[in-house]
Amino acid sequence: MKTEEYSITNLKVLEAESIHIMREVVAEFERPVMLYSIGKDSSVMVRLAQKAFYPGKIPFSLLHVDTSYKFPLMTKFRDEFCTEIGADLIVEQNKEALAKNANPWDLGTIKCCAQLKTGALLGALEKGNYDAAFGGARRDEEKSRAKERIYSFRDAHGQWDPKNQRPELWNLYNGRLNQDETIRVFPISNWTELDIWHYIHLENIPIVPLYFAKEREMIVRKDQLIPVGDKTQLQPDEVPEKVMCRFRTLGCYPCTGAVRSTATSVPDIIQEMMVERNSERITRIIDHDQEGSMEQKKKEGYF
Amino acid sequence: MNVDELLKQNQESDLLRFTTAGSVDDGKSTLIGRMLSDSKNIYEDHLEALTRDSKKLNREEVDLALLTDGLKAEREQGITIDVAYRYFSTPKRRFIIADTPGHVQYTRNMVTGASTANLAIILIDARNGVLTQSKRHGFIASLLQIPHVVVAINKMDLVDYSEEIYENIRAEYNAFLAKLNIPDLTYIPISALCGDNVVNKSDAMTWYKGVPLLQYLEDVEISGDRNLIDLRFPIQYVNRPNLDFRGYCGTVASGVVRCGDKVMVLPSKKTSRIKSIDTFDGKLEYAFPPQSVTLCLEDEVDVSRGDMIVHVGNQPRVDHNVEAMIVWMNEIKMEINKPYIIKHTASDVRGVVAKLHYHIDSDNLHRNQADGLELNEIGRISLELFKPIIFDPYVKNRATGSIILIDPMTNATLAAGMIIDRRGTTEKELTNSRSEPASSNIVREESLVSSNDRQRIMRQKPVTIWMTGLSGSGKSTIAKSLEKKLIELGRPCYLLDGDNVRHGLNRDLGFSAEDRGENIRRIAEVAQLFNDAGMIVITSFISPYREDRAGAKDIIEENKFIEIFIDAPIEICENRDPKGLYVKARSGEITSFTGISAPYEPPKTPDIHIETNTTDVSVAVDRIVKQLVDAGIIIK
Repeated sequence: MKTEEYSITNLKVLEAESIHIMREVVAEFERPVMLYSIGKDSSVMVRLAQKAFYPGKIPFSLLHVDTSYKFPLMTKFRDEFCTEIGADLIVEQNKEALAKNANPWDLGTIKCCAQLKTGALLGALEKGNYDAAFGGARRDEEKSRAKERIYSFRDAHGQWDPKNQRPELWNLYNGRLNQDETIRVFPISNWTELDIWHYIHLENIPIVPLYFAKEREMIVRKDQLIPVGDKTQLQPDEVPEKVMCRFRTLGCYPCTGAVRSTATSVPDIIQEMMVERNSERITRIIDHDQEGSMEQKKKEGYF
Repeated sequence: MNVDELLKQNQESDLLRFTTAGSVDDGKSTLIGRMLSDSKNIYEDHLEALTRDSKKLNREEVDLALLTDGLKAEREQGITIDVAYRYFSTPKRRFIIADTPGHVQYTRNMVTGASTANLAIILIDARNGVLTQSKRHGFIASLLQIPHVVVAINKMDLVDYSEEIYENIRAEYNAFLAKLNIPDLTYIPISALCGDNVVNKSDAMTWYKGVPLLQYLEDVEISGDRNLIDLRFPIQYVNRPNLDFRGYCGTVASGVVRCGDKVMVLPSKKTSRIKSIDTFDGKLEYAFPPQSVTLCLEDEVDVSRGDMIVHVGNQPRVDHNVEAMIVWMNEIKMEINKPYIIKHTASDVRGVVAKLHYHIDSDNLHRNQADGLELNEIGRISLELFKPIIFDPYVKNRATGSIILIDPMTNATLAAGMIIDRRGTTEKELTNSRSEPASSNIVREESLVSSNDRQRIMRQKPVTIWMTGLSGSGKSTIAKSLEKKLIELGRPCYLLDGDNVRHGLNRDLGFSAEDRGENIRRIAEVAQLFNDAGMIVITSFISPYREDRAGAKDIIEENKFIEIFIDAPIEICENRDPKGLYVKARSGEITSFTGISAPYEPPKTPDIHIETNTTDVSVAVDRIVKQLVDAGIIIK
């Protein structure tokens, strides 16, 4: 027997691992749900879920936590994509906070995230009585995420305790829970940003057009390119200008910067990554609003 | 490089998972930071943040360790408290690092990181030498059967790049590791801080002839680490989307499954054939580890999660009673007869620890009687499960030989376990995998005299000194002189020589690969009996196949097995030709002659390596004796 016959590429190893994780969760939990953020990682997760349960349909719902500050193009993409693949989509919001006009300009990003993202998420999980929630976080994204387990245990309040995580051995995941406890599951933990793009390219996975470069109305504020949305508050003598740019990651428009770019296809984007010397989350304002900010958000229940 | 080239490269590169272990301040995080930064795998904004944080924390230079010490608590204390995963790639390979801390209280983290690793880097601080911690790390690497181990002797810059210091540490650590089962072992002297031998070869250590660490990581052969022989397909999930489709989802744990294969479902033992192997991307002809696929069977068989599909002629064990080495990972102490949940492949079963055979001290490998295990303690247990599980010994199959223990009350993961190949017998080596006797009615009789009693009166630890090498390499010459020397020192010993054994015990065996294997097995059994009687055994056999020598090591027990590679170039052996055999082999009069018409597989990591074209017999003998004394095998 020749070993070449049994060689397997890095991406296929990652794919197999993710599929294994998803099947474990569906087999072991009563009410799993997949958090769907409309971003590229979510698109890859959905494809992996399709693969894991083929020829069956995805046996869980996709849950989108809508802050109301998402780009309109994202919402449009979400609805079309979910309809096309026949996914069961649930959209949840923190209506109470939105009724009180929660927004990042008045509250600051920390409080805004706590209410519209973390708060809405915890509310949605409780409402749906979900015991496991898939998330598309990757360990290469951010330092505290580098320490996440694949099965991340959360107490009855959705909190993460980094010093008291369950040891995770081989591929034997411990998903046992007591009342109200939950598990966040990260099937693409071991993927890198390049892996995601490469996979999107190979698999021809649909993504939101905001990832591709186009002339867009932007505010140029220091080094950041800030998109102009309905409620964006301009500083004195700021005038939006047309800039050829794209988004490396997609969050809420007030808190997601764009990068100057001419990449209009997935290979173009990968080409850009080859020379890119900054990490992808540099355009995410929420990661930098306080020291150890992601760690803090995660402890409180954020992804 | 353009995009297509990058994608091609990314697509063709394989994946190496490795773990790092070292004591506090051995420089693990610095090493990882160095690998990332010198191989240009750090983004600029991360590097800037690093420079900023280094200043904030009053570090004199940019502290590469801050790259991996991600949590606030760690940064404040300057330690790593949990396993962190890092990703980087070079043109040849993709890497996942499990960075695990070396504190006493965090043994469990190293075990966690080691469980998925193909390779472990064990760091030793050149100034401190081999510490208790280093021994523990080596022991865990062998316990978890990590296929490749690299010992990086770090901070060489602080010991003037001294070859002597490096060699002393290497010899000391080798003597310790010789008692363990480490399939592939390499030493590299480095300075993570200065970058010597990490990515780039060191100018300060020209005496080191090997490759830098990163190059080693890029080149080490890992495709052979997978088991492609024994088909094991644990069923994770039964997929029944409609009445026409019933598929069994799972990841191929080992072996290769093909369409049309005759298979058996365990534990029901129902047989069927593979009708199809389904994936989203189309049907496959065959599947192999670690692919995740869906199998459909020809017949309607009752199959559920936790069952296993195997080949009819190659079956794992199915049993209630299992023995395992376990690492306890929780503050709640292990108790005998307390119920636990055991997770194994895709099944959860309840069971109790029926017996704790011993607690093993990972610092010196001593075994102690104990009535329980505490956090970070390692012991050997017998489990009584309320339902049978389908398993293989861990040394043969990591995927089907590993278990975790879960507390039914708190749901905490309490322990990691490695199943041992044995049914209910006691007191043998933990990774010893001797095959079962042909009849199950054969039971070992326990002697009233323990091996400790014999050791005490003989004032030596019985070992087998196994010499391997080509015909004419000098094995018999050195073996005879060694025997004479040991007798002069008053040490009871006995030489088993190849030709002599073939005149009697093994007269029915020829020189085919099978017969050579049987030859070695019998010799190993005899050596084991002599060892049991307290004697030191010297063997002198070509023993050309690695697998056979590994088998001998298993029989003799690995901590009693000292492998010596008697090495001489084949031209020199042929020149010496003491028995005129090479001439006969060349003329075709002898077939299957090692080195001429049959292969010789040299040991990858012998305990002692003697090159006889440059070493005198007396020097060689003295070296061996010194090693025996240093390892405490004989007391001078």
